[in-house]
Amino acid sequence: MTGARVWCFGDNINTDLILPGPYLYRSPEEQARAVFQANRPGWVDQVRPGDAIIGGFNFGMGSSRPAARSLRLCGVGFVLAETINGLFFRNSVNYGLLACECPGVAAAFTEGDTADLSLEAWTLHNGRSGQVLAVTPVPGQLLAIMQDGGIYPLMEARGLIAPRAVG
Amino acid sequence: MGMTITEKILARASGSAKVAPGDVAVVEVDTAVLLDLSFLPEGWRDVLKVHDPSRIAIVFDHLVPAATVQAATCHKTGRAFATKFGIERLHDVGPDQGISHAVIADRAYALPGKVLVNADSHTCAGGAFNCAARGVGGPDMLWAVTTGTAWFRVGETIRYDFTGALRPGVTAKDLFLYIAGTFGAHVNQNVEYGGPGMSGLSINARRTLATMGAELSAEFTIFEPDGALIDYVRARNDRAFEPVWPDADASYRERRTIDLGTLHPLVALPDAVVNQSVPVAEVAGAKIDQAFIGSCANGTLDDLEIAARVVRGRKVARGTRFIVTPGTQAIFRAALRAGYVETLLEAGAVVTPATCGACIGGHMGVLGPDEVCITASTRNFKGRMGDPSARIYMASPATVAASALAGKIAGAEEVFA
Repeated sequence: MTGARVWCFGDNINTDLILPGPYLYRSPEEQARAVFQANRPGWVDQVRPGDAIIGGFNFGMGSSRPAARSLRLCGVGFVLAETINGLFFRNSVNYGLLACECPGVAAAFTEGDTADLSLEAWTLHNGRSGQVLAVTPVPGQLLAIMQDGGIYPLMEARGLIAPRAVG
Repeated sequence: MGMTITEKILARASGSAKVAPGDVAVVEVDTAVLLDLSFLPEGWRDVLKVHDPSRIAIVFDHLVPAATVQAATCHKTGRAFATKFGIERLHDVGPDQGISHAVIADRAYALPGKVLVNADSHTCAGGAFNCAARGVGGPDMLWAVTTGTAWFRVGETIRYDFTGALRPGVTAKDLFLYIAGTFGAHVNQNVEYGGPGMSGLSINARRTLATMGAELSAEFTIFEPDGALIDYVRARNDRAFEPVWPDADASYRERRTIDLGTLHPLVALPDAVVNQSVPVAEVAGAKIDQAFIGSCANGTLDDLEIAARVVRGRKVARGTRFIVTPGTQAIFRAALRAGYVETLLEAGAVVTPATCGACIGGHMGVLGPDEVCITASTRNFKGRMGDPSARIYMASPATVAASALAGKIAGAEEVFA
């Protein structure tokens, strides 16, 4: 993942901001259109596939709602934050959104920078400043689910749930 | 080195002698609780097998009775799932319904020493019962009901020891606001409550504090067991359980002691829960449009009792809406028998059926643009209870009830003087 455009969101971004309560019973596509409408209206029209979100402390705090799915549907390529909320991390694994912790990331990036993430070296490179940060590795068994499209395909393969009807 | 309560439960449930921070524990789930939201068509899937129907409970709570066609559809899917797999613990619209965490408390589904998962962030409410209860995502719930297992990253534990006792009019919500205001978030950490002052907190007070652990962003929030807790559980659930105390040489990230007798009523300022607590006097006089008491955190019988005590014989301010939502229909009936509901209604409150309702900005008390609310519930995030421009203060049920009478933020000191 190289050359990702960076969006900076600061500390304590909660899942009510990512997936507003009034949209809980709407379709995933409608939910994805409401991302950050309270704190950053218009962002959903600016974000492009593969872009990166840089967060601060406790990214994704709050409700268990599938906010990670909304970010994935917006096209977000990966989320890197100082710390990631435990429940948001679970949903990131389950919905196949790449989300990792990276100490120092909030100060190292400014909006508009580009980011290169290596999961082999567990590093994040700032294309503007040249700075390289260490990314905290995600345990292998969880990373595998995260990278393979989440937990639904796994449950289908094991015969636990029926495949979703196509068409 | 010994283990904390959370570590001991996760070790036992994963069949390991020991777990330590940094481990990923794959555990046996004792109880999995599904909600109406679990059955949203975009998240729910056609389940082909369940691990053990007796380990599953279904509680409709987020929009109850159904406020929308979508909610009604979720309920319908949930009923069909219960029928298909013979799941007996279905808490449908009716006498046994309520907010899931409050139903779990009423029925003691969260057993000491066991693991419980539920697709709602406030599942840590079950920690009041010495249960490793954790909110997980919708997909995790599908995994838990089909495999009977769940994974958890083991975090470090912060231990709180309580001494002394809360003064009259100071509640568990104020204790929580003190912790949230003083120590902030506990991301990736477990919280363990105990100490000589713990047993002075009622089971309902412990529930409030455990529920709010989600707002500390803690992994697990868990209380030490005591005689009152064990009696409470035994009276409500026949299943065997083994309470867990921490090892004497348990390894904590930090130990903090709080003298409950020194605490005062607090209010959290709008838009976030942690690091926002101020004394009531600092915001007293701010005009409000709505006052709300309810949710999994503050819909207990204790909460309704204190609200009734504050408003008894007085009237809600003209132009202010006072909405009270009991945690379960069973709590509603108990409050009715105790006279709290009549007192609240006479004062001008609206008492709704049990539902997440206003707390999630769902129904029965949604806020409009630029409105101001003071709430005794779980969250005051921007946009949480309705329009993003609404401002939400959070406080104890006593402070909220006093504010409803005044039409502006006010303390309840005179009632408890």
